[in-house]
Amino acid sequence: MKRIRVGCGAGYSGDRIEPAVELAERGDLQYLVFECLAERTIALAQQAKARDPQAGYDPLLLDRMTAVLPACARRGVRVITNMGAANPRAAAAAVRDLARSLGLNRLRIAAITGDDVVEVVKRGDFTVTETNTPSSRLAGSIISANAYLGAEAILPALAARADVIIAGRVADPSLFLAPLVHEFKWSMTDWQRLGCGTLAGHLLECAGQVTGGYFADGPSKPVAGLARLGFPIGDVAEDGSAIITKVAGSGGCVTTATCKEQLLYEIHDPAAYVTPDVVADFSQVEVRQVAEDRVLVRGATGRPRPDRLKVSIGYADGFIGEGQISYGGPGAVERARLAMAIVTERVRATKLECEELRCDLIGVDSLFGWVPAAGVSEPYEVRLRVAGRTRTLRDAQRLATEVETLYTNGPAGGGGVVKSTRDVLAVASVLIPRAAAPWQIETLVA
Amino acid sequence: MKLGTIAHSRAGDKGNLLNISVIAFDERDYPHLVRTITAARVKAQLGSIVEGDVIRYELPRLGALNFVLARPPRDTVTRTLALDAHGKTLSSAILDLEIDE
Repeated sequence: MKRIRVGCGAGYSGDRIEPAVELAERGDLQYLVFECLAERTIALAQQAKARDPQAGYDPLLLDRMTAVLPACARRGVRVITNMGAANPRAAAAAVRDLARSLGLNRLRIAAITGDDVVEVVKRGDFTVTETNTPSSRLAGSIISANAYLGAEAILPALAARADVIIAGRVADPSLFLAPLVHEFKWSMTDWQRLGCGTLAGHLLECAGQVTGGYFADGPSKPVAGLARLGFPIGDVAEDGSAIITKVAGSGGCVTTATCKEQLLYEIHDPAAYVTPDVVADFSQVEVRQVAEDRVLVRGATGRPRPDRLKVSIGYADGFIGEGQISYGGPGAVERARLAMAIVTERVRATKLECEELRCDLIGVDSLFGWVPAAGVSEPYEVRLRVAGRTRTLRDAQRLATEVETLYTNGPAGGGGVVKSTRDVLAVASVLIPRAAAPWQIETLVA
Repeated sequence: MKLGTIAHSRAGDKGNLLNISVIAFDERDYPHLVRTITAARVKAQLGSIVEGDVIRYELPRLGALNFVLARPPRDTVTRTLALDAHGKTLSSAILDLEIDE
């Protein structure tokens, strides 16, 4: 039975580059996929493009391509990525120029566009999934709106023999499903195989999270060689079953436990994992260790794809100001609580316009929000964190400064203040008809 | 004993929904998980982090449970004031649950 090896060279925009080079050189791959586009990343990229029409793609695109393209070109590994973010065409042109400078002549680079539906969303009115309110309420603050394209948007570029395929918003598993559909000539209505390919993509898309990253926890969950964590390879068969593995000698591990954790990661109903390609059903999947660092995954299936496409709308939603200060030694928690009360009272007294204020004691209650169980001793040092939501940047700065002024205006022994402000790029989802997001391909040759 | 002695867990997010998996190290412990780790217990453990019902999905072939819960509307990943915006650390809170030997 024909088999295809697909590697994952990045699970998020800032991911490590060395494991991708290892995959390109020693993974015996046909395809190397880089998944680098989180929900709000594209809104940030859209803002960058608004400032500079040649910007708006992933800031690490050229670093990653410089690192892997020579090995990929030598070994015939084709690259698929969503690093085009808000500007796949500019990204493709930049990679073409890079390829020329690396002497990789005749490399074919395809840009896939059409996911940008901001005009469709601004003109129309859709229901926001999270809040059940009309999207027109966000009108003035919309920065970006991108539809999640499916595998079918990538297929023409594969048929056109592109070596590097650069898209913007494409559903993460679709980046992996596309080469499988292309190689195995699966029908786009073979829901069972599309479900299998989607499972393989879902397991691979977070890179190191299936090879022992985000897993180590004491003696019951040991992971050897985490510092040299290898990224995953899906060795997929024509029938849709897959072996998840990694480069021999790399750090980390592939076990049934690492695969099960990643299988359920970001999953809601395991029998209805919705992508643009298929409604995949992972509920009957079987996971079996067949050799060291080799796990067989099979039994996924699927049902017809949804009629509409999901769109992520990025919109400006005010500012967050934040300040932190530490207290240590005996009575640290008590002084931090006093400081918290002082800041809260000052925010109120100075009429600082703060819509929502949150105070945490890092080391006590910042993560789970509860008082530690009896028998847990008081920490020897604690960090007060105050964060507030404001309409203006100025108020966000004032809020952060109210923590800084605790130095000379608060309890004894505070130190290590850090202040920050950021503008909030919130994300809302709507569904649009498929016809509203027609995709295009443009191919450049180095 | 703690749930973490017989199971492992990972938390993920999408919008204002969170999911937390609970996976038996040994699949023979799966029925024990089904009996003891109810949606109500998960909701009680997470307190004000959760708003509304917790839904539990059972995956006997994996020996795993998957819990899906909603956070308050203000606490979507992209706009929450929480330090751990994604709720990724909550797996450790679930593994702290006390269960019978």
